[in-house]
Amino acid sequence: MEAASTIERIFQQERARILATLIRLLGGDFGRAEDALASAMEAGLRQWRADTIPSNPRAWLIRAARNKAIDDARRARRAEQRAQQLELASDPVRLPDEETEPEDLAMLDDRLRLIFTCCHPALSLDAQVALSLRTLGGLGTDEIARAFLVPVATMAQRLVRAKQKIKVARIPFAVPAEAELDARLAAVLAVVYLVFNEGYAATSGEALVRRDLASEAIRLGRLLVELLPERRAPKGLLALMLLHDSRRDARATEAGDLVLLEDQDRNRWDRAQIQEGLTLVDAALTGGAPDAYAVQAAIAALHAREPSAAATDWAQIAALYAILHDLAPSPVVRLNHAVAVAHAEGPEAGLRLLDALDAEGTLRDYHLLPAVRADLLRRLGRREEAAAAYRRARELAGNTTEQRFLDARLAELAAHD
Amino acid sequence: MQYLLLIYNDDAKMAAAAKAEQEAVGKDYREVTGSLIQNGQMRATGTWPSGITTVRVSDGKTLTTDGPFAEAREAVGGFCLIDVADLDAAVKIAERIPGAKFGRVEIRPVTAYPAK
Repeated sequence: MEAASTIERIFQQERARILATLIRLLGGDFGRAEDALASAMEAGLRQWRADTIPSNPRAWLIRAARNKAIDDARRARRAEQRAQQLELASDPVRLPDEETEPEDLAMLDDRLRLIFTCCHPALSLDAQVALSLRTLGGLGTDEIARAFLVPVATMAQRLVRAKQKIKVARIPFAVPAEAELDARLAAVLAVVYLVFNEGYAATSGEALVRRDLASEAIRLGRLLVELLPERRAPKGLLALMLLHDSRRDARATEAGDLVLLEDQDRNRWDRAQIQEGLTLVDAALTGGAPDAYAVQAAIAALHAREPSAAATDWAQIAALYAILHDLAPSPVVRLNHAVAVAHAEGPEAGLRLLDALDAEGTLRDYHLLPAVRADLLRRLGRREEAAAAYRRARELAGNTTEQRFLDARLAELAAHD
Repeated sequence: MQYLLLIYNDDAKMAAAAKAEQEAVGKDYREVTGSLIQNGQMRATGTWPSGITTVRVSDGKTLTTDGPFAEAREAVGGFCLIDVADLDAAVKIAERIPGAKFGRVEIRPVTAYPAK
């Protein structure tokens, strides 16, 4: 029993590394690598006992999987010969002659290759996300399907199609050349951040925090920092995710209701995680102009390091949002800038910025715009206007947790009348 | 590995481009195709300014019409059949084709069947 759980843990820990190396050894064929790994794991489960678990299970599994793939290839070739088929243009299954024991350094590269292949821009974003979670993360097809609210069959199909495209179009199993690395890395980080956001603030459904996705994204972020230690961009993204995620226990009540940043019990923030995030922010901000993730992480750090909401340095946060808008202009950034300015200079100053945003119309269907307006109006004592804005936000909010939050605010306003 | 690059031209975009840019197109094409031929990556290339015919066989009868089957604002204006290592190499070539700037270039991995 205990042996089984030890073996299970080994599989969990080693899966992504082994798969990455097998994909390389099998010429970039994801499907064959997965099949071979599944057979090797089955063999391990059959053969290993508590006292016979190999000292290097990773090497054992790679060897077993590779042998299995070689056997299958030989069998396929013999069958082909028996059928006296002419060799068509499609490549015969072939294995590299590499006989050397896989080294740790090569395997680090393999996981990096896997990341860049899974997040190749020739794959659709949906496929990139699914493939990354399946091959690099520890999630099964059914779990990914649940997390993204699609039927398991749809997710399975999406994965099959992505692997097929990699094979047919011959997407290289390679780390991009230095000249392209930054641009390709930006695409990888975007996938990781998308996964995190999907986990951190679910856009629909009941659960506000889909923890699995957020922790998978953090795992991927850690992996990128580990594999690309000389790059600053992954550090900024990891810092950002750690700092946001440090508030997970304080963000919602036991009943699942949303708690605003200023009302959160800061004792429930994860201090160790904040410390790790703060160290990474410093690293991400040193040595050149910061990127958008680093600036967002710096903003999150200003919230995280203060003992109380009242102590927040809103002027500094407003200045950082202005920098962020220069780096990555977006109406949502301007909305956040308006919130910071409202805190730093007063609600009227914030409202003026909101009016400009409103006039533009780009956030017409975004519930947080009227929600912020409602909050500022409430603080100015303009209750009726505030109530109207809350109702508008309530109409637009997509998830039930946010809807409940807005209902509560409306009820509060009514109680003051 | 062979890839067929289908070059879609957007005439409106081309017409809107600066004169110098328009004039450079011919030279740019010659440069890309010339270098691909020289390094042995080009299998075939061509264009069709006019003269397209479409054939359909229906109920055993052949219907021949003038022009391409589908009318579209963007039309395939030419192709290159290249032989390179992988998709990234094909993308690198596609981005040098002027059509990528004035339209788009579609990359299709080719499964070639033997001709004999």
